[in-house]
Amino acid sequence: MERSLLDRLAQDRAAKRPVVVATFLDTGEQRLLYLQGKENTQGIDHAIAEAARAAIVADKPRTIDSAQGKVFLNVFNPPLRLILVGAVHIAQALAPMAALAGFDVAIVDPRGAFATPDRFPGVSLHDAWPDEAMTALKPDLRTAVVTLTHDPKLDDPALAAALRSDAFYIGALGSKKTHAARLGRLAEAGFPEHELARIRGPLGLAIGAVSPAEIAVSALAEIIQVLRQAGPA
Amino acid sequence: MSDDILTQAARWRDEGKPVALATVVETWGSAPRPVGSQLAVTAEGAFLGSVSGGCIEGAVIHAAQEVMAEGRPRMLDFGVTNEQAWEVGLACGGKIKVYVERLN
Repeated sequence: MERSLLDRLAQDRAAKRPVVVATFLDTGEQRLLYLQGKENTQGIDHAIAEAARAAIVADKPRTIDSAQGKVFLNVFNPPLRLILVGAVHIAQALAPMAALAGFDVAIVDPRGAFATPDRFPGVSLHDAWPDEAMTALKPDLRTAVVTLTHDPKLDDPALAAALRSDAFYIGALGSKKTHAARLGRLAEAGFPEHELARIRGPLGLAIGAVSPAEIAVSALAEIIQVLRQAGPA
Repeated sequence: MSDDILTQAARWRDEGKPVALATVVETWGSAPRPVGSQLAVTAEGAFLGSVSGGCIEGAVIHAAQEVMAEGRPRMLDFGVTNEQAWEVGLACGGKIKVYVERLN
């Protein structure tokens, strides 16, 4: 690999731009290919550019046979994201665990005493109200949203925003009773039942978790289960 | 995680060290690391990342030394039917192809 290509790849990744490194296995030549933009596909067989786009969308690197020989398409998608609503004790455990698993973590909590850099070193903190923060963060197909506050004033607008997004996972902390009440409020706000079914509540895999760290394990395990066994597309 | 691998590879180059990149390009059966997994290695044998559960890293790092010296990329095959794989012990029973290239 040429250093200039590695540097351009680093720039793309810093800009969170999905990119494919195409390696022509017969010659060792390499090119960067993108979702859009024809300027970079000069001299590249159309089928290769198409396969690169498909690999980005599926988030699956693969080797293809082409008119230009075997080509390995390695996919570099921006990191998955996890938006935590509620800078609570569980979030203090979940944020570093999720970061270790490869997620870019953002924490939303308008309560100044909770979302402090001391409690969340190195995590991006958003002190806007959840509806505003969610509008700014724009959850997409590669985003998981988890509400942890137990406070309907904070959780509900975040969940409503998540339901209007393509987030691949939406989870809400709270007992079955709390969750039933929550679904009732969101139904009243106009969300039909099949949309509300996207919310995992009570969130997490049933592993008998007790401590905040154990609940974080259970939540992260469920997020990964949905990611790997159901979606994103 | 591969973020760190490529960042580290660039850092090693900045320090003037020869660097090779190994990438899993194909897998069959129960391969331990998915296609796209990468490992960066220096001429001194320092490495970051993985291309298997630890079974073939030694052989890959060895081959990477030659690729660094020669400059020509190389495709390595590991599998249970491959004598070399028995030597290095690909215990999972899977098969993998690893592309090794020098960072110029």
